[in-house]
Amino acid sequence: MAEGIGTLRELRAALDAGETSSVEIVSRCLQRAEACQPVLNAFVGLRAEAALREAEASDARRRRGEVRSPLDGLPLAIKDNLVQSGELTHCASRILEGFVSPYTSTAVEGLERSGAIVIGRTNMDEFAMGSSTEHSVAGPTRNPWDLDRAPGGSSGGSAAAVAARIVPAALGSDTGGSIRQPASFCGVVGIKPTYGRVSRWGLVAFASSLDQIGAFARTAADCAWVLEAIAGYDDRDSTSIPEPTPAYSGALDGDLSGLRLGLPREYFAAEGANAAVVKLVREAVSELERAGAKTVEVGLPHARYAIATYYSIANAEASSNLARFDGVRYGHRAAGAKGLTEMYRRTRAEGFGEEVKRRILLGTYFLSAGYYDAYYRKAQQVRTLLRGDFERALESCDALVTPTSPEVAFRLGEKTADPLTMYLSDVYTVSANLAGIPALSTPCGFVDGLPVGLQIIGPALDEATPLRIADGFQRLTDHHEACPGAFA
Amino acid sequence: MARISRAEVERVALLARISLTDEESDRLVREFDSFLDYIDTLQEIDTEGVAPTAHPLSLPTPTRPDRPAAAMNVELVVANAPEAAESAFVVPKVIDTEAEG
Repeated sequence: MAEGIGTLRELRAALDAGETSSVEIVSRCLQRAEACQPVLNAFVGLRAEAALREAEASDARRRRGEVRSPLDGLPLAIKDNLVQSGELTHCASRILEGFVSPYTSTAVEGLERSGAIVIGRTNMDEFAMGSSTEHSVAGPTRNPWDLDRAPGGSSGGSAAAVAARIVPAALGSDTGGSIRQPASFCGVVGIKPTYGRVSRWGLVAFASSLDQIGAFARTAADCAWVLEAIAGYDDRDSTSIPEPTPAYSGALDGDLSGLRLGLPREYFAAEGANAAVVKLVREAVSELERAGAKTVEVGLPHARYAIATYYSIANAEASSNLARFDGVRYGHRAAGAKGLTEMYRRTRAEGFGEEVKRRILLGTYFLSAGYYDAYYRKAQQVRTLLRGDFERALESCDALVTPTSPEVAFRLGEKTADPLTMYLSDVYTVSANLAGIPALSTPCGFVDGLPVGLQIIGPALDEATPLRIADGFQRLTDHHEACPGAFA
Repeated sequence: MARISRAEVERVALLARISLTDEESDRLVREFDSFLDYIDTLQEIDTEGVAPTAHPLSLPTPTRPDRPAAAMNVELVVANAPEAAESAFVVPKVIDTEAEG
């Protein structure tokens, strides 16, 4: 198998020193992606020819001294729900079979503009609905740390591809934890920026008031580079933040002295999480304290309602967003239907998987006449209370520090029979989406050989603080450097 | 006693334009039950007078100049359709089918 790929910063240095070329790096990535595919199933498609052509163009730019950005010539993967002109996008669903996008998403445009090279699309839970990457028409992705376990989800393919050193970085989307939980399960860094920081134009919509695009990489510093390429105001997304993108890399000074870290007592409660996970997170907090950070206990009284609030809102919005998949404009259409209604019903029955149908039906029920106030509106009101909890907590500190997930990666098949237990796997991540605030997961150790993630949550518009804390932590520790044995 | 009847699950499936097998309807009655029990914890909270959140950040709605621009390439758009004629999507006959819903 081709040797594992370095970090973005290592590859940049090698390119700048003339030790390698973009063509060489991209070829190695593609070879490794092919070699790992039968084992991990992290990808749903590679664009080998186009990627190599783009690598040649990047090498030519570098020779002319016209490097566009630190990412110029470096390979990335994108989740299968981000469109790129002329390329397939399936959202891991049968219903989008054969869809070739006529346009490029803003986030991928940002990568293209910076000279980064998309090598392929990564596997995911169908329409990003899931926490394990098992609900995919392409079959499950496996966790590089233990092939019998799930990589987390829904962006499990992106997390596994970065963990297995196939690509140095990848894009994902996070509606309730779909970047952070797989980052935690696979031992990599994953960041969900503030809602609206990265334009959702060209991201296939799941729950529009919660969806946000973000990045995976092996270091916080590499995540900062990717974010700088994809973030920014975009008038094609009315929820895009009309503010300039902060210079994230410049904020990574390694200085943690005087930082105030809030520890939400509800997230450390004995009944919630695996004790070994909580112990590692507490050790990480002690490490940050030794570097000069101060800690303060905070309360989030509505945190225990987060999952119920989240699934009410997410399912309602999904039922509305997924109405567009009707067999008329793209993708699958059932054959031989008599009349329009039957065509819709059979197309959707055949095209959507079990979990997607379950969520559309629950969401339709929540929004139906007579139930809207009791479910959707009620959840939106609780969302207001929960946002207030976070605003108050973040008044007394600079960031919140919690476990990313209450547990380490679970076994494939362990939770598919009981949807509710699967949903509870997101108990610590959904709140950042409900509050619209930035959050990341960074590796903080291992339980039984499986990675544990430390979640760092910042105030709205401030991705720089969580990135600075994660970067500072990585300067003090080496958890993020560990490589799964089979992929060393 | 189930919180939601099979007939109600089938009504929702019609609203959502998804056809269900008998087996799926039976399973969904059970799943709705446990899910609605879980969601009901929200009813414990007093939300009298609390404004609902539709957008998590309090930012002004941005505006932009209304300027003409090129549309997406229609050929590429229509190329994705299961059935198309020139620049139009072709659908089955609509008449005679709406009695159902």
